[in-house]
Amino acid sequence: MEPLEIAEKLKERFPEETLDIREFRGQVSVTLKKDRILDILRYLHDDSAIFLDYLVDVCGVDYLGKKEKRFEVVYHLYSIKHRHQIRVKAEVPAEDTSIDSVVPIWAGANWHEREAYDLFGITFKGHPDLRRVLMPEDWEGHPLRKDYPLKGPDKEWPGFLEVLDKAKKYSEYEWRG
Amino acid sequence: MEEGGTGLGLITDIHSATLVEVEGGTKIMSPNIMITSMDKIINWGRYSSLWPMTFGLACCAIEMMATYASHNDLDRMGIIPRGSPRQSDFMFIAGTVTKKMSQVVRRVYDQMPEPRYVISVGSCANSGGIFNTYSTVQGCDTFLPVDVYIPGCPPRPEAFIDGIIKLQEKIKSEHFHWSRWR
Repeated sequence: MEPLEIAEKLKERFPEETLDIREFRGQVSVTLKKDRILDILRYLHDDSAIFLDYLVDVCGVDYLGKKEKRFEVVYHLYSIKHRHQIRVKAEVPAEDTSIDSVVPIWAGANWHEREAYDLFGITFKGHPDLRRVLMPEDWEGHPLRKDYPLKGPDKEWPGFLEVLDKAKKYSEYEWRG
Repeated sequence: MEEGGTGLGLITDIHSATLVEVEGGTKIMSPNIMITSMDKIINWGRYSSLWPMTFGLACCAIEMMATYASHNDLDRMGIIPRGSPRQSDFMFIAGTVTKKMSQVVRRVYDQMPEPRYVISVGSCANSGGIFNTYSTVQGCDTFLPVDVYIPGCPPRPEAFIDGIIKLQEKIKSEHFHWSRWR
């Protein structure tokens, strides 16, 4: 099935939820409201003609000052059986950064959602283990947000201060030829 | 000197033997007596079999592997990468050191037996490089005593070998560093 056909089917089935369909160089993106995202993606996964059984990627985007709704969660879906693919975006406003987790549909979404949570602060409802995956667990803030300072907050991460302390403490025991 | 027998190679007439200076501070009396300093012979052993800790952090590690591999062949210099800090003499910090990883780098260094050395490889480990950001340590010398810095992004295998030779020269010049009593 052509990706535009999938998008049309999706719009037919969920007219209230579909906001926008865009095509660029054969790649189709469907923008959706976030409230029924789990139902929509379950439909894309289960329908025998669409059957998008492989979740390629889940990622977050920050459109600070560029779009009305600040964040987006982007799902890249592929069907191994039918060999077609589509991109699905869900808009997430800054006021309420929660969205349903898709781990019940694709177990592989687990770490991708943890990454989006870690770096953008998007919380996934129903995620089995929503912890940071890249940054240290006691890190403050979400570094890939556009308003996060490049050199980090003024306060140094305590874990690194610990290393510096240790280095200072041990330096007196170093051999000096 | 006798031909064959139990006295093979022994100098029977000490007055007839001559000491030949083969290099500064080392004399050889043919056929099997050598006079040199303990510093020199022990440092010779130390710099001729440097075992590095295998610890790759980023793209510099790829170049490090290329240096170990057959084309450049660090084995010929007695350098054999080890999988354990307990068996290592020095450590390459090859790549970007993040703050999260700095804890691990420091722990691995602390586990190495003394005397131990650190070679900082590439722009990132030397100074943070292009990553002047929230997550990157601005030079691994902030928390490690670094002996040799190798510049480059990443350095070529030749630069690695040059850095190792610099470290060897440092070891050669050390006095009583090997001693328990210092």
